[in-house]
Amino acid sequence: MKADPAGVLTGAHYLDGDFACGEGAMAAGCRFVAGYPITPSTEVVERIARRFPYMGGVFIQMEDELASMAAVVGASWTGTKSMTVTSGPGFSLMMENIGLAAMMETPCVVVNVQRGGPSTGLPTMTGQADMMQARWGSHGDYEIIALSPQSPQEAFDLTIQAFNLSELYRVPVLLMMDECVGHMTEKVVIPPAEQIEVVPRRLTSRPPEDYWPYRLNGQCIPEFARAGDGYRFHSTGLTHDERGYPVMSAACQDQCVRRLVSKIRDNADQIVRFEEEQTDGADVVVVTYGITARVARMGIELARKQGVKVGVLRLIVVWPFPERRVRELAGKIGAFVVPEINLGQMVLEVERCAAGKAATVPVPHAGGSVHDPRDICEAILRAAK
Amino acid sequence: MTSITDQTEIAARAHPMAPFLRMDRMPHIWCPTCGIGTVMKCYVQALREAEVDLDKVAVVSGIGCTGRVAGYLKLDSFHSTHGRAIPFATGLKLGRPELLVTVFSGDGDLVGIGGNHFIHAARRNMDLLVILVNNFIYGMTGGQNAPTTPVQARSSTMPFGNFERPFNLPHLAASCGATYVARWTSLQTRRMTRTFKEAIGRKGFRFIEVITPCSTLYARLNKLGTGFHLMQYYHDNAEIRHGADTRELDIDFQGKIICGKFVDREQPTFTEMMDAHYRKTLGDKYVPMPPEGGWIHE
Repeated sequence: MKADPAGVLTGAHYLDGDFACGEGAMAAGCRFVAGYPITPSTEVVERIARRFPYMGGVFIQMEDELASMAAVVGASWTGTKSMTVTSGPGFSLMMENIGLAAMMETPCVVVNVQRGGPSTGLPTMTGQADMMQARWGSHGDYEIIALSPQSPQEAFDLTIQAFNLSELYRVPVLLMMDECVGHMTEKVVIPPAEQIEVVPRRLTSRPPEDYWPYRLNGQCIPEFARAGDGYRFHSTGLTHDERGYPVMSAACQDQCVRRLVSKIRDNADQIVRFEEEQTDGADVVVVTYGITARVARMGIELARKQGVKVGVLRLIVVWPFPERRVRELAGKIGAFVVPEINLGQMVLEVERCAAGKAATVPVPHAGGSVHDPRDICEAILRAAK
Repeated sequence: MTSITDQTEIAARAHPMAPFLRMDRMPHIWCPTCGIGTVMKCYVQALREAEVDLDKVAVVSGIGCTGRVAGYLKLDSFHSTHGRAIPFATGLKLGRPELLVTVFSGDGDLVGIGGNHFIHAARRNMDLLVILVNNFIYGMTGGQNAPTTPVQARSSTMPFGNFERPFNLPHLAASCGATYVARWTSLQTRRMTRTFKEAIGRKGFRFIEVITPCSTLYARLNKLGTGFHLMQYYHDNAEIRHGADTRELDIDFQGKIICGKFVDREQPTFTEMMDAHYRKTLGDKYVPMPPEGGWIHE
């Protein structure tokens, strides 16, 4: 369906990534945001706090990130699209209820404007070191979806996409921004509401007596019932059966958890999104995402001037990882080069999928700034040898 | 030999509260003489007497023995994470303001791990009915010390007796801004039911503490006998003092339990304050969250 015009600030704007993300959320139909202030993400909720009262949205500043995430899960069960926004330390606190959202199959969006870590790290300076935490941060087996914007425009676009994916797959979707994109100001074009496609909550059409909250009815995602619609259903963070009732057995665990994982893994090809450039006939492919994708461009140009055939694989959806495409490329190229603002995270996935068929060259950076493009160029030249 | 609780159909017919319970989940996990079921029954009775629309009632529990209440009530019910029932419920209430949201959880959950949420929800006067079942101990995990364990009482992690000062919960709630504060023991079922019913009709952060027996752990570790003996202790030591100064409601080991209604004051809720403020500052441009929620639909 089309976006609710009340939340869409149509026009060409000059916005930073944080504001653009906030606008994306409102355009996507988000009407509940709970958050706790943390640099460099706070501008997202500041924007929303200022705009929500005009469109029937509620923003609440909670006492901490544990509460913020719990409130988001609760609000989503009313059908109201919900989001929270944070950075590293807060992201760590949210892991508990991100797991609950995954287990209860609650659509919601979590924005992480990444800064340098670990711990308090570099509050005002950039990082991309929460990428593995995004994938594995909460305990137990589950799958999430994570996206990584490289510009304020993408912060807007991908926030809408994050909401849509969370509705489609009933899963928390993480928008893994970084401080650079969050605080970078650029032109952001917000289209008219009728040009913005949003996915509404898929409510069950079954009568309450014929409804089980986790019954599949031949689909891979169960139908949703809102609290307050008379379904009188139960949902729990315990291992549960199709009725939503806790069942403490290995058999139920297998059924419950395997489905949480397979609903994403089996649909990975539909979810995965990336951009490719000059990968045909390339000797080296740079795998990159977020702000680093833009910094890498100069390094790539420098390497091309020296005669190296360099392609680019820019991840837009980072989780699930575009495993199939990386495997295909591995058979055709000499090496992958993976610059990222961490000491080696997504490169592990690249290396795993390359499976020895292509070399994998990390370009680590501990955070606090972006790469020097010459370091990326150098890595490409080394990889090309 | 099968007991009646193994035969859910018979139990469903026999139990007066069956229409409000998930009888297909019986038997429940609570120990014999546990007080949680009694509190749950009184809550259901109060809902019935208050004649509220059950389709608009949501119950949220945290983790622990009392955390299981949500799973047994035939209502929209959520068994959330440890300590987070109040923020989860806050999201439900703000996301769909027409709901009557009850938080039903234990002492360890709500004021141990969840203490920060408790005080802030009270401060905001969030429109939640909070029922706290206090058995003085962590039951589900096997009898560890709680923030409510009386001084001297033994727990598995205070094997020589507790030396930490416990919370005085009605005082905590009242001083943080709760608009309705009461305490009963699970022996006082009629009074408890009446209080629940009255609190359902109030708004804002309503807090009711119910002292309940845990015979399996608290009574055993402290050589207090069975659940029956704990009920006898309540009988002999529960003293009703409505309107008592909440500073004087500490519970000593096997000491007096002051019960009653201590606070009942009308104060604007979070949502009322928010609506009034935005109406004043933004005028007609303010769009409140619709009662049925801010969901979008075709």
